[in-house]
This record gives sequence, structure tokens and C-alpha cells, in this order.
Amino acid sequence: MKFKVDNNEVYASTGGRPFDKKKPLIIFVHGSGLTHMTWVLQTRYFAFHGYNALAIDLPGHGLSGGESLKSIEEMADWVNSVIDAVGHKEASLVGHSQGCLVTIECTARYPNKIKTLSLMGGAGAIPMNPQLLSLAENNDPKAVDLMMDWAHGPAGHFGGHPVPGLYHINTGTMLAKSRTIQNTLGVDFRACDNYKNGFEAAKKVKCPTLSILATDDKMCPVKEGKKLAALIDGSQVDIIDNCGHMMLLEEADRVLTVLKKFITTNYPPLSS
Amino acid sequence: MSDKKKELKPNTYKFDTLSLHAGYQPHKNAGSRQVPIYQTTSYLFDDVDHAAALFNLERGGHIYSRISNPTVGVLEERVASLEGGTAALATSSGMSAIFLAVMTLCEAGDHLVVSSQLYGGTVNLFRLTLPKFGIKCTFVKPRDTEGFKKAIQKNTKGIFGELVGNPGNEIMNMPEIAKIAHEAGIPLMVDATYQTPYLCKPFEHGADIVIHSLTKWMAGHGSSMAGILVEGGKFDWMQNDKFPTMTKPYEGYHGLSFAEEFGPTAFTMKARAEGMRDFGPCLSPQNAWNVLQGIETLSVRMKKHCSNAEEMVKYLMGHESVAWVSHPSVPDHPDHELAKKLLPNGRGSMIAFGIKGGKEAGVAFINNVKLASHLANVGDTRTLVIHPASGTHSQMDEATLKFAGLSHDMIRLSVGIEDIDDIKNDFEVGFRAARKPRLVSNQ
Repeated sequence: MKFKVDNNEVYASTGGRPFDKKKPLIIFVHGSGLTHMTWVLQTRYFAFHGYNALAIDLPGHGLSGGESLKSIEEMADWVNSVIDAVGHKEASLVGHSQGCLVTIECTARYPNKIKTLSLMGGAGAIPMNPQLLSLAENNDPKAVDLMMDWAHGPAGHFGGHPVPGLYHINTGTMLAKSRTIQNTLGVDFRACDNYKNGFEAAKKVKCPTLSILATDDKMCPVKEGKKLAALIDGSQVDIIDNCGHMMLLEEADRVLTVLKKFITTNYPPLSS
Repeated sequence: MSDKKKELKPNTYKFDTLSLHAGYQPHKNAGSRQVPIYQTTSYLFDDVDHAAALFNLERGGHIYSRISNPTVGVLEERVASLEGGTAALATSSGMSAIFLAVMTLCEAGDHLVVSSQLYGGTVNLFRLTLPKFGIKCTFVKPRDTEGFKKAIQKNTKGIFGELVGNPGNEIMNMPEIAKIAHEAGIPLMVDATYQTPYLCKPFEHGADIVIHSLTKWMAGHGSSMAGILVEGGKFDWMQNDKFPTMTKPYEGYHGLSFAEEFGPTAFTMKARAEGMRDFGPCLSPQNAWNVLQGIETLSVRMKKHCSNAEEMVKYLMGHESVAWVSHPSVPDHPDHELAKKLLPNGRGSMIAFGIKGGKEAGVAFINNVKLASHLANVGDTRTLVIHPASGTHSQMDEATLKFAGLSHDMIRLSVGIEDIDDIKNDFEVGFRAARKPRLVSNQ
């Protein structure tokens, strides 16, 4: 579906079901330089099981208009505006990587609106490798190649996609190259590097929280994810073996199973 | 100590490694080092919810082997990885891969622009069979790059061609024709069977969909029929309103918009969800496994195919019984320079040559070679020969033969990886037999 925030068009996948204001809202926030398509193996399930599942394209990304937002704080406020724009008073948030920083900050800023928080490959801070940051800001496609290398674990590198016939690394590469690299990945990486409030924001999170971490995640290692989770009261942690940072695709089934249990327990769907 | 920081380099696996490993993880398959053959029709559902989720594309996984199969899936990922594609879909033959690609792209009333130099079966599909489905085609000579542009109509949905034409070795100017296609908002589909991804990666030159008959060089052993279509992932299906079944909620699949949901893999997802469901040209797991065995040695074999082919070109060009030789490695081949650009790792192992004495000499040659096999295939590890006018293209009338650039003296040679001296010795026997009727008639 398309709607407007701050006069810019926003695209959000609804998981193949029409948007229905009566249903509870889950917002999925993608990682650096990526798009709503990273969530396809989670959103369709929730959309067909009593939720509005909105996988958004951040401004300037995927099919959304406008320019990329320059800070995690701006992105957090923008996610809050999305909730308002679609006519809801509350939402459950799911973030991946940079999307975790955004959703933690959003939850800390708008605690009464956010009902559950789910973090995939999250950390309290994501400092960027200076060379990688420079490559992305200079529109060098090598930045995408490096990100795809580091972001994928064995399933990404060898293969074994849950959807038959799809090859992880090349699909991710195409998503990240679908818009101008310096305007998406470059801006996102700089926003991640600049963001220092993750641990403080985590302390303010009071809603039920789930962290899904992966043993082969080089971008947000398990120890960083655990450090973040320890700051959130009652946070649940699930660790996936032999999996990299792109767990939402590499181990899509496991992620969906854990996410489904967590969200349906803490933020029940509209029963049909 | 140097102040220079180590330059970052991606450590993703390279071609030879992907040929052996891509698409498969032993620890998820009982530790089996070799890819298992999942000889099954169907797959257990955990419960009703799981079944519904699989049918509705909410989860990835297998339902029924007409749609997907784990062994076939390894092959699909492996070829996608080698081509630099986002996704692939294997089929029962190369022809079914072409048909599936066309039917995923087109509807009745649509039009395609097609290279005229194609395998005879493909020509018949485009010329005679697709019109029965309401899909019309305009044929353009592969070297007539501007002709492709002129042939595009309002209802044109794509351009199709073989990168190196069969059997005349004419090369499409793929980068230029891709530009023409993209300016018109339509994809370029390329049959790259002759090249394999070892010799050319068409996505790097602008192609959007790549098709292979895996029966040929990819498998190499000549034991199994198989085909595949591979998606590049760059083509923007949403840029215009030409592809409503890709971009609009599709009644045929629960109101799904393939382009919105799957983006760089939308074409493959639609081809599988719709095409495999409705047409069912599935690849058997045994044949998928057989092809995987061949792909493991693809680069090793292709190097030998190409070096033997270049030796054979020299041999044939110096032979008294040969009127002409067509191979992109020949300096006066019209596409010699383009071939250097598009085929940097070798110009392939398909040679066309004219035998002095015309059809009669050609028949004698083919009937007398012993090592080279006379059959309707190419890309075997063994050397193969055929006389197209009386074999692969025999269903064409005289005018179509001429338009396809075929002559009665043409012999198509698929150079194998035998010892080069043995191939030459065998050809000497064939040439002697080919000269004999003429020597007799001259006396």
C-alpha cells in the first residue's frame, strides 16, 4: 500500500492482504540499504493470520519516495508517524540490524504506543568499519559486496535458501543496489555509526521484547546482542546456530516460528 | 611497519568453488557429502497451518515435486550462483525452459522480437507454436542490431535470442540489444547454452533472463535432459504497465503482486507458482543430480573444449577438403572482436564448416567418421557431428533454411575433450571418404 508521511509517498508491503484498521498493527523495519522485501518470509504469515503486517520501505529506499533520513532518531520519529498515518494508536515493532536501532529508539520515545519489540540481529550500537563506510558514501558497489559477504552465514555463502531456487547473496545484492548506493547504504551506515543512544534507549524499553541472535553473525555478534538484551527487563533471547546476520532469510522458518509465538502471546491477533 | 591499512575484499566463494558447493549444506542433510537424490513426489506437512502457509507462499519449502524438489533446488541455486543471478528454475529440458519463460512473460495478443539464428526446435516454437497461443514473433537477423529496435511494437513484451546463433555462430551484440530492450521497457532473454557461465555471464552484459539447455555443456556427459531459466534481478517490472500479471494483484495466486512481494526474484517466483503448477515441466531429481555431477567439473571441461576447438579451427582452415570455417576465434569472423569482449575465457567449442563437394560429400563424411558421433546433440564431452540441413533443421523449408543462414554443405561440429590427434585422425578418414565420390567421378 502507499500513503504519505511528511508529504512524501511511503510504500509498505501488506503481505498480500488488504489493510484493515480493525486488525492490530505490526511494523517491520529493514536494515541498512535494504527494502521491505527482506521480510517476505515473515509478513505474509502475519498478514494472513489476523494482523496488519506492514513491511515499510524507509524514505528514499525501495519503492518509497523522499530522501533517506540521516539519523536513527529521525527514523524513529518517522516510524511513529507511520503509525499515525495509517490511523492506528499502537503497534508492535520488528526490526532487523539498523532497524533494531530504529525500533529501540522509537520504543523508548513512544513507550505508550509500542506494544512489543522484536529485534533480529540487534545491538546497542553498530559502529561501522571506516573503509566500508567510505566505500558506501562514495557509491562504490564493493560496499554492497562486502556487506553481503559479512552479513551472510553458511546458508548465504553455500546456499540452501528456504524458498527453492533463490540464491541468498545475489538476491541481497540486487536489493541493496536497487537505488543509488551512496543515497541509501551510505546514508544508513553513517546514521548507524553516529547513533550512540542505543543502550540508554534500551533501558527505557518496558514492553515485552524478543532478541533473535545468530552464532555466525559478524555484523552484530551474539555477545553484543546479549549485552543489549540484558538492559531490557524480561527480554527473551533466542540464538540460532550456523546462521549469519540475515537470519530472517537464512533461517526464515525458525525466525517465523519464534516471532509468531512471541507476538501472538503478547499482542494477540484479531480473531476471525 | 607499513601504515597502509589492509584493503577490504569480499570473501564470497569464486566460480570453481561454487561449481562444487553452491546450494548445498551437508549438515542439513544427515552429513551426506554428496547431494542426496530426493526421489519423492511429496513432503509431509507439520500440521494444517504449516500446509496452508506453504501453499500461500507464507513460508518457503516443498509441497510437491512438480513445483519444487530439494535435489532440483540445489541445482537451481548452483546455476543461479554461477550466473550471478538471484534465482533459477530448472525444467525437464531446455525447450521447456524457453516455453516457461515466454508463458511467464506473455499473454495472448503479445509480441516478441526474436533472433532468426536459433536451434531449429526453438524456431518452430516461435514461428508455429506460439502463434497458436496468440503470441506473435518478428524474426531479426542477429547482427542486425537496429533491426531489433525497428521490430519492437506496442505489444512487444521481450527480445529473445541465442548469444551465439545455432548453427552459424553469429553473435548477438548483447550489450547494444539490451539497451534497446531496456529503452523500450522490456526484458532481454538470452539462451546461453553454448557458452555456459564459464565463458560468458550474460547478466553482466545486460541480459535479464538467461536460459540454458543443461543437457549440453553444463552436464557434459550427455546422459540427461534438463533445462533452466535464471533471473538477473535487475529488471524493473513496475516501470510501466506492460506486465500486469507481475505487478497487479494476480487472481491466479491469491491476489499476489509478484513484483511488489518478491522484487528481484519475481519472475522466477511467478514461473514456479504459476508455470510449474499449470504446465508442469518438472525436472526429475535423478536428472538434476546427474547434471550436478557435470557442473562440478564445468570449468575444467570448458577449458579443454575451447583449446581443442581452437586446434580444430586451425586444422580445418588448412584442410584441402574444407571450403570455409565459422568460429568466433577466426580473425575474419565478422564477430571476432565482439567475441573477444563477450567471451573472454574462450570462444566455445561449436564450429560450423563447409565441406567441398556439397551435400553428397557431407553425407559421406558423416557416414565415415568413427570417433565423432553423428547425433542430434551438442556440448557432450565426446565430439559430435551433424549435417543440419538433413538433421536438426530438416523441418524447415528452403526459404527458412536460407533465412536461418544454413547451407547444404554445412557440417556442425561440437568439439569434445578427447585427445586432439585422435579427433583429427578421425576427420581424415571422413574427408578421404568425402573426396572419394568426386575422385571417382573425375576419372
